[in-house]
Amino acid sequence: MSSAGQRHAPVNAEQLRWQCRRGMLELDFVLERYLDLHYAAADGAEQVLFRDLLTAQDPELQAWILNGVAHPDEAFRPLIARIRGI
Amino acid sequence: MALNKRRFDALIIGAGGAGLNAAIQLANTDARVAVVSKVFPTRSHTVAAQGGVNAALANVLPDNWHWHMFDTVKGSDYLGDQDAIEFMCREAIPTVYELEHNGVPFSRLDDGKIYQRAFGGQSQNFGGAQAARTCAAADRTGHAILHALYQQNVRARTHFFDEYFAIDLIRDDEGAILGALIMEIETGEPLLIEAKATVLATGGCGQVYRTTSNAHINTGDGTAMALRAGIPLMDMEFFQFHPTGIAGKGMLITEGVRGEGGYLVNKDGERFMERYAPNAKDLASRDVVSRAIVTEVKEGRGCGPQADHVLLKVDHLGEEIVSKRLPGIRESGKIFAGVDAVHEPLPVFPTAHYVMGGIPTDPYGRVIVPQGNGEEVVPGLYAAGECACVSVHGANRLGGNSLLDILVFGRAAGLDVIESLKEHRNHRPLNESSVETAMARLTRWDQKGEGISVRALRDEFRKTMEDHAGVFRTEEIMAEGVEKLKALRDKLPEVRLSDHSKVFNTARVEALELENLVDTGIAIAYSALKRQESRGAHSRPDFPARDDANWMKHSLYFKQDDHMDYKPVRTKPLTVETFPPKERVY
Repeated sequence: MSSAGQRHAPVNAEQLRWQCRRGMLELDFVLERYLDLHYAAADGAEQVLFRDLLTAQDPELQAWILNGVAHPDEAFRPLIARIRGI
Repeated sequence: MALNKRRFDALIIGAGGAGLNAAIQLANTDARVAVVSKVFPTRSHTVAAQGGVNAALANVLPDNWHWHMFDTVKGSDYLGDQDAIEFMCREAIPTVYELEHNGVPFSRLDDGKIYQRAFGGQSQNFGGAQAARTCAAADRTGHAILHALYQQNVRARTHFFDEYFAIDLIRDDEGAILGALIMEIETGEPLLIEAKATVLATGGCGQVYRTTSNAHINTGDGTAMALRAGIPLMDMEFFQFHPTGIAGKGMLITEGVRGEGGYLVNKDGERFMERYAPNAKDLASRDVVSRAIVTEVKEGRGCGPQADHVLLKVDHLGEEIVSKRLPGIRESGKIFAGVDAVHEPLPVFPTAHYVMGGIPTDPYGRVIVPQGNGEEVVPGLYAAGECACVSVHGANRLGGNSLLDILVFGRAAGLDVIESLKEHRNHRPLNESSVETAMARLTRWDQKGEGISVRALRDEFRKTMEDHAGVFRTEEIMAEGVEKLKALRDKLPEVRLSDHSKVFNTARVEALELENLVDTGIAIAYSALKRQESRGAHSRPDFPARDDANWMKHSLYFKQDDHMDYKPVRTKPLTVETFPPKERVY
């Protein structure tokens, strides 16, 4: 429960799945697809990046993942490319 | 173990625009307010609303609320209640200014006033020249509103129960609502919240259909809770479909694609819209294009291995035009369909977008039910937003009026709760049998053993909804569909979970959502079967005309015995003359 808007990067796998539920169908689809296809096989560093990415606001995720806007932190860009799945 | 209980003055279920705008009214008083949301509030589906919110501010072109009212009544195909529509169009103006004061960064004109853009269905002077009525915060209006309202609620000490799922309403023997049983998703633990007033603001239910533009969270939770509490749903047959969603997935492909010269083809490569709309062709109205696509598929001219979609071609436009004018479509095609629209056509099918019907309310958000020859308020219960039906959209919704609806009536509900709290200072006595019924809904999923999976029943239900209660609605198709849907409902007791853990058991949440989808979906199918006319978004080839003599009335579906009732449209506005029904021509 949060009363001050604080969010923490999820640790439990099912908690992670719930964090992939967003306000936009497009984000639901790409985030869950990555979780199902790639997350378990990703190295620890990428898993941490994914968990961090999920704490972003939906319009930010929309810009980076759906609209091709470059993430300001280069470290996230390979992950975002995999999430885009192109 | 004893059930944990909390008490609040007001309980709001849902943290989208309607819920948060109700909450902030209350939180600014000394009321104790709880907001329950199954996801973090700024991840509510309101975030997907990018278009804007209508208000007759007259900042760009001449405008007034009365013209806005005319457009909304006409857009509703005369099924909207004119008192509620007048209320909404008048209240739009102070509602937008209040949002501005709450920090929503609306786009500006050079003179500093709020910028307003033109949208379809907006007119000056009762059907005259185009109006410019939509206020937007760039292309992030929904997010900007959610973010501002959330921050204001945090400041005002609204108590958020984030990632809690509402199981059911609690009511006493007289039908008054006493609060709700909720479940913390992280621990699986139930929690009873007693409240003097409860506001349902759970959003839409697009997930009842296989192909929908709605996020996964839109599972009709509030509408199903209302049904289980004996409250009917109103006008559920009116569901907006967008003709071009990504096939099998639902993401919207904007109509601008066809505006730029894109066109639809069937498996034979035929531009089939020439047969259905010889003049407008691919630019015909949404319902005409949607029905044409479904007809092609039904008659065996669909594309793909399952022959279940048609193709939208833009490759003839060339890479330069597609990349420059339709960049989002190229990205969507690649990400969701695995095709580059510059070189290949996009697979598309109509996608369920917005439900006009919902829990019946008055303009103050109070839930109302039939009583004798009239209606009465359900004590302690309010509803606002897409889950509600105050009937401002009637049979069809205008662009820019959905955000307006959630904000105006969320605000109105919050303000009315403040007044009701002055009269009802104490909690009503708790009804233990209602709590037990709600707990049984939760513990039912502890049953072990072999059974049908949630996914299997959900997939079949959503496909049946698409095939039998979607855009193609004849008596034969829908009657068959209702029987199939009821048969699926009868299988619900056979559904079992394989995972019975408590901590973050999302499978259990999805099982509870499935029950909500089934109750809400059957309400849509029944209501659609019974309405023997075509009006607004409800289009029947076997009854192609609007029938004001017999059908200018609201549908009411009750879960108990699946029975239908009807009530008249409120054609008398609050202060102005009635807009009499006319043919709806644009």
